[in-house]
Amino acid sequence: MTEHTEDVSGKPPSLWARILDSDITYSFLRTPSAIIAAAITLLAVGAALLAPWIAPFNPFDPSQISLWDGKLPPAWAEGGQPQYLLGTDNQGRDMLSTILYGGRLSIIVGIAAVCLGMVLGVTLGVISGYFGGMVDAVIMRFADVQLTIPGILLAILINGIGRAALPLEFREEFAIYVVIVAIGLTDWPQFARVTRGATLVEVNKEYVQAARVIDLPGWLIMTRHILPNVMRPVLVLATIGLALAIIAEATLSFLGQGIPPTTPSLGTLIRVGNEFLFSGLWWITFFPAIALVVLVFAVNLLGDWMRDALNPKLR
Amino acid sequence: MFAFILRRLAQSILVMAVVSAIAFSLFNFVGDPVNNMVGQDATREDRVRIRQELGLDDPVLTQYVRFLGNAVQGEFGLSYRIKRPVDQLILERLPATLELVLVSAVIALVLGITAGVYTGIQRNSWFSRFILSSSLVGVSLPTFIIGIALIYIFAVYLRWLPSSGRGGVVDLGWWKTSFLTIDGWRAILLPALTLSLFQTTMILRLVRAEMLEVMQSDFIKFARARGLSERAINFGHALKNTLVPVITIIGINIGGLIAFSVITETVFQWPGTGLMFIQAVDFVDVPIMSAYLCFVALVFVIVNLVVDLMYFAIDPRIRIGAQ
Repeated sequence: MTEHTEDVSGKPPSLWARILDSDITYSFLRTPSAIIAAAITLLAVGAALLAPWIAPFNPFDPSQISLWDGKLPPAWAEGGQPQYLLGTDNQGRDMLSTILYGGRLSIIVGIAAVCLGMVLGVTLGVISGYFGGMVDAVIMRFADVQLTIPGILLAILINGIGRAALPLEFREEFAIYVVIVAIGLTDWPQFARVTRGATLVEVNKEYVQAARVIDLPGWLIMTRHILPNVMRPVLVLATIGLALAIIAEATLSFLGQGIPPTTPSLGTLIRVGNEFLFSGLWWITFFPAIALVVLVFAVNLLGDWMRDALNPKLR
Repeated sequence: MFAFILRRLAQSILVMAVVSAIAFSLFNFVGDPVNNMVGQDATREDRVRIRQELGLDDPVLTQYVRFLGNAVQGEFGLSYRIKRPVDQLILERLPATLELVLVSAVIALVLGITAGVYTGIQRNSWFSRFILSSSLVGVSLPTFIIGIALIYIFAVYLRWLPSSGRGGVVDLGWWKTSFLTIDGWRAILLPALTLSLFQTTMILRLVRAEMLEVMQSDFIKFARARGLSERAINFGHALKNTLVPVITIIGINIGGLIAFSVITETVFQWPGTGLMFIQAVDFVDVPIMSAYLCFVALVFVIVNLVVDLMYFAIDPRIRIGAQ
């Protein structure tokens, strides 16, 4: 800790003060690309979460949609109407609103999938590193085997199996959960590897030895002592993983394997728009695609910065 | 070295065992195989008879061993949807995928290594910076968006190139190639470019990083001191020493190319194995899904094995270290 947080009264500094004074904040404020990326990410997440309140229309409310307004170009183009800023799709839904709602779905699926992969991977990784031996060998071999097959292919496969296992009438309703599970299950080996590596380092340190000496139960040592100390690399991985998960969801949806068109995500919107590309209705594909690319790019930049900022070697 | 190869082989066999077990269990978990073979109006007796004929009442382990025996010979049964042997279907569509992968691998290698060497040597020129920042954008672009963008620009707007299919193919009897007609080349260009873009950026960044590191090393300084030409230093000394990691990444990327060919083939309606797989998933055509899974895993295992062996050929240090 630097000198200006030292309180005369000897009180430990508040959490807020500690955050403001940390190396991460310092690095963040001095990396313009990180600030821009964070701003775009926050804006996108904010817009997505607030979609029901800020979107000009509700694309799922049939009373607000009229087919007469279908296929209108953006407001500034010839034939555009001012109330539809980015134009309308083939069903007469306002593009801006569908993108806000679609982005919301993409972000929710991405975050949920990463969380699932992270919980699974971190749990297995800590267990693997803490116990070692056979447990370690089995878990890590599984991770190795899974890593030989590229993630997107595995996600398509798990997703396909999940869909096929569901009865036809539930397929659309549960599609989103199937997608989350499929992407989450493809994600875990990376988390497990990183966590295991960090755990192996921590296990040999004095505080873990001390905890063992006073005979704390293993799960307590793992969750309260080791876990907080291995979270740094995991957070970096989670950020980069979020970008990949959003891409994976969009790809699945684009291939027609993901979120159904009744409640479209960005990928579904691009898929639907793609059918109208040849008739020159470029805006139905273009705007969702731009939204997706900007979102992924911002999250990627944020991940890049975090990797550098949290890596003590580069400081 | 022998022990190393043995360990690698053991791991490859483990991978194939796990993958084949998953491929096998697909048949049992996803849908009822009998329902998929007989019509709606089959009688109960018919169903029981087919179950017995297929050996579905045998113990699971017996079934698995039988599945393995068939799989090793390339037998995966009949496709539920097309009612034709799966191995035939895959072999028919394999040339399309392999040609696509080959062309995009060549594009990725040539572009990636050239740009990587350039940005590694001329690290501060504006053009290097431009290449690097656009490569960051390239990593963030999902494959299918690149495909759609290329289709819109070159097929819809400029009308230079076709947007789907293989164009003119020449049948060599066992291999339908699009390399022998101009139409075929025009058709393969956009999908191959789409597929190669991500790999290009990976190779570019890797070669650049390696070049920067090698350029700092003593033997390059020594080569300079000996008065060798820039050309000899850059290509004869520096590039050669960056090749080990590059070959690793190329090996891994061939697998990646096959995986991403699923997406590219769907975007461009390219009649290869990837498109067949997606259609199979759509229709829950389990024999094709299962065969494709085994096929891809096999490709990966072989590629990984070959890459490991190539280390020995390329880097004498590894050969000595392993002994």
